[in-house]
Amino acid sequence: MRRKLLSAAVCGSALLLAITGCSTATDTGTTADGGLTGTGSGADCVIDSAIPIGASFSLTGAAAQYGASQKNALELAVDDLNKVGGVTYELTVEDDATDPKQAIQVFDTLIASGASIIVGPTLSNTAKQTNPIAQDAQVPVLGVSNTAAGITEIGDYIFRDSLTEDAVIPQTVKAAVDTLGIKKVVVMYSNDDAFTESGYQAFSAALQDQNVEVADTLTFSKSDTDFRALLNKAKQSDADAIVVSGLIDAAVPLVSQAREIGIDTPIIGGNGFNSPALLTGAGQAAEGVIVGAAWNSASDNEQNVKFIADYTAAYDGAPDQFSAQAYAGMQIIDQAVRAQCSGEREDIKAGLGDITDVPTVLGDVSLNENRDAVHDALVQIVADGQFTILK
Amino acid sequence: MQLFLDGIFLGSIYALFAIGFTLVFGILDRLNLAHAAVFTAGALVGIEIVTRLGVPIWLLIPMVLVLGAVLGILIERIAFRPLAGRHDAHFAGLISSIAFGAIVLSVLQAMYGADTRRFPADIFPRTRVEILGATVSLLQVVILIVSVSLMIVLTWLVAKSKLGRGMRTIAENPHAAAVLGLNVGRISSTTFALSSALGAVAGVLFTLNVNAASLGIGHAVELKALAVIVVGGMGSLPGALIGGLILGVAEVLAVNYIGSSWRDMVAFGLLFLILILRPQGLFGARKTREV
Repeated sequence: MRRKLLSAAVCGSALLLAITGCSTATDTGTTADGGLTGTGSGADCVIDSAIPIGASFSLTGAAAQYGASQKNALELAVDDLNKVGGVTYELTVEDDATDPKQAIQVFDTLIASGASIIVGPTLSNTAKQTNPIAQDAQVPVLGVSNTAAGITEIGDYIFRDSLTEDAVIPQTVKAAVDTLGIKKVVVMYSNDDAFTESGYQAFSAALQDQNVEVADTLTFSKSDTDFRALLNKAKQSDADAIVVSGLIDAAVPLVSQAREIGIDTPIIGGNGFNSPALLTGAGQAAEGVIVGAAWNSASDNEQNVKFIADYTAAYDGAPDQFSAQAYAGMQIIDQAVRAQCSGEREDIKAGLGDITDVPTVLGDVSLNENRDAVHDALVQIVADGQFTILK
Repeated sequence: MQLFLDGIFLGSIYALFAIGFTLVFGILDRLNLAHAAVFTAGALVGIEIVTRLGVPIWLLIPMVLVLGAVLGILIERIAFRPLAGRHDAHFAGLISSIAFGAIVLSVLQAMYGADTRRFPADIFPRTRVEILGATVSLLQVVILIVSVSLMIVLTWLVAKSKLGRGMRTIAENPHAAAVLGLNVGRISSTTFALSSALGAVAGVLFTLNVNAASLGIGHAVELKALAVIVVGGMGSLPGALIGGLILGVAEVLAVNYIGSSWRDMVAFGLLFLILILRPQGLFGARKTREV
């Protein structure tokens, strides 16, 4: 009896494998038959079928705050682009739950269902797990928030429109040293996240370049909320500024508690600090926080002004950098599709390779030979409850 | 001195969580892993009540106590009672409480989104006090006092009151308890209600203390509280308090003298050491059972 049961189970799973194997094969087949190529080029490009765009964002879990902004902005961008005519997009947004294991499944599903390009995932450490899968399947990926090192190095199908920490941080540190005369700092970072870890490396290098003394280096975990012990230690060093590489979940309590225990120096943050949540969350305590950014809500770029108005009207809240980069990502994909007038994976990949000075909500964006974004960064300081440009 | 006090205050949060936790874990012998979700619910719903209705903090605490108690009764009714008759009731309840916790967190996320939320800045006076050359906030002192007094009241309750005797009888043998005429269902419910009410209030105080509440806060404290209970001695309320304080002080000292990256290793290493030296935990009594 038991043996019969076992063989039935084996047969069953073999059958299941065969079925899923078949369906994957046919699904990928549909994108290869040329149904997504059109006629004309650029603004005149007309493609009959909607181009499937897959997105994998962290809609739940630790990074859910970022994922929600990204999803909103991407949906807004697809709506706007579909109104232009000629080329239409069909967006599928899946939740990776801030969990690389789930993200891998999401990528497998999106690839199997024939997505022409995958946007995401939200976090860099997730991207390091998922992007090799897309690279192997020869599906282009456009990261719209990954800023850690080593993402586009995964392969020639991996692109991103998010300025790396490496690009932003030296500009931030230099601006802070030039305008505020900072000579000695304490560095704090969460050492269990790829994003904040690479931010720390960039800060370290930039501080060394500017001849700033690092009095102490303190680490914390991304799930920490009580930083008083660390901050009291930092306070003893009597530094001119505290440099922090952490996500927004850590930023708000860290900044609030620093002010609470009497640290009044500027706090220089990495990309994670660049969120309206810092202003609403930390309130008065956020004054004097310096953060470099790929995007600023105060930017008077015409597209950006319209984007902020549209986003605020649609979602009842102000957009942050994550939404701006997601929106720009869709603009860049549209440019790549129209340039080749094709929604095929290979053609989109070729189109992305040629992106030069495309006007977006981030300003004019190019993708360089390493498939990384190139555009000007902004260094901001919180003054009177707002991000203002540091001068 | 500042370091020591920082540790004590950090530890009093762990203790506050652990005391509610151990009431069910140590006395009814059920591991209620939905406790972290109750903690989070207390924090997030508390914030909602304050921002919507503008109630002052002293009125909020009783409201959150009630919320926690209701959640506790639901947990007992839904996650534990239906499984009570199974021979693997301990593990089944553990799993179903994880499920219940996940449901609570999903509901919270649907209601409030994933954003980190916080209380309005002026809800609690940000007074700072000098004690022996160290500065502490009034809130931290309040949290410590609340933890210690809860520990005392609950220890008395469990040891001396009729309810406490009922709890202990049920833990020893539910069938015998029922035969003796104890209302097993009601006593279990009350214990869960009490435990969860404390958990929910702990969530509010924790959020006030760190100025941030997100869906993950309960989870971050849960594991540490679990360790604290084991080290303190199963079911021992003073053990939960002292264990929490030891963990807090150990973490702060590790940060300052060894390095912040080694914090968890040093803190948990110390707890492990205590267990090797005293397997029954700091305040646990060796259980002798007769056949």
